[in-house]
Amino acid sequence: MGFKRYVEIGRVALINYGKDYGKLVVIVDVVDQNRALVDAPDMVRSQLNFKRLTLTDIKIDINRVPRKKTLIEAMEKADVKGKWESSSWGRKLIVQKKRASLNDFDRFKVMLAKIKRGSLVRQELAKLKKESA
Amino acid sequence: MIEGLFVGLLIGSICVFSFLFVQYHQYQVVGRALPTESDGHPKIYRMKLWNTNEVRAKSKFWYFLRKLKKVKKSNGQILAINEIFEKNPTKINNYGIWLRYQSRTGYHNMYKEFRDTTLNGAVEQMYSEMASRHRVRSPCIQIIKTATIPAKLCKRESTKQFHNSKIKFPLVFKKVRPPTRKLKTTYKASRPNLFV
Repeated sequence: MGFKRYVEIGRVALINYGKDYGKLVVIVDVVDQNRALVDAPDMVRSQLNFKRLTLTDIKIDINRVPRKKTLIEAMEKADVKGKWESSSWGRKLIVQKKRASLNDFDRFKVMLAKIKRGSLVRQELAKLKKESA
Repeated sequence: MIEGLFVGLLIGSICVFSFLFVQYHQYQVVGRALPTESDGHPKIYRMKLWNTNEVRAKSKFWYFLRKLKKVKKSNGQILAINEIFEKNPTKINNYGIWLRYQSRTGYHNMYKEFRDTTLNGAVEQMYSEMASRHRVRSPCIQIIKTATIPAKLCKRESTKQFHNSKIKFPLVFKKVRPPTRKLKTTYKASRPNLFV
């Protein structure tokens, strides 16, 4: 029983509602109990309600309200993008996006690949059954 | 001489989420009595007001001016009304608002502090808080003065507790929302997990 993800300056969060849904932002300052000032390299610094944010495990080292340049440098140094895309949560989101952007031909290819994978698995299973029988 | 001060700082594509949909704007209204034979150059008065739109701001201007001078809308004229925009909506400030409000038993003065990025946001918070905590509706509130307060001079503990450069707190209650209103359903298959 303990909190692991805190709202703090430098915490990376994911926006889970609204116009900027799915974006990774950094909490740059806290306005009050319900709102934070957030910033990301490609957006204007604005305030967001905590209800629209989901905290991640990633935290970067910045001072309160850094300049845009300093923020981008700190994000590069901490390799936020890399850490995010290699985390299981980040990978899941990438897969979701890819699946949503498939066209009919891609889905056909996926179907063939799934059939092939299934058949390989069943072949191996048959081999193992034979050996143990 | 007309004070033609056009304070129109248009800030490009700032997206400031307003969690309420009553947006208060700050207006500068300039007006005077109509010139008559006895007084060809009446004094010009300027006021800074907060209201939801220009029409209401002009109306409020006459409300205040009537109380201060012998002039009404019928024998006066508005010379200018300009909206005043926030200079730096990306910076958090502590706003102190002095107000005079009418309660069920009389008039009272009050001083409230709010933390917000814009003054209009703080004013909106004030109206909201007065309505909730004291049941005072917006027509019964008069804003006497507003000021940006430096952190050292803040009086209220609820704003002072955020004056911490190493602020850190957990989000204790996590409500999982569908990402758009369209995906909202009345019934769910399983109970939500509210712990972070």
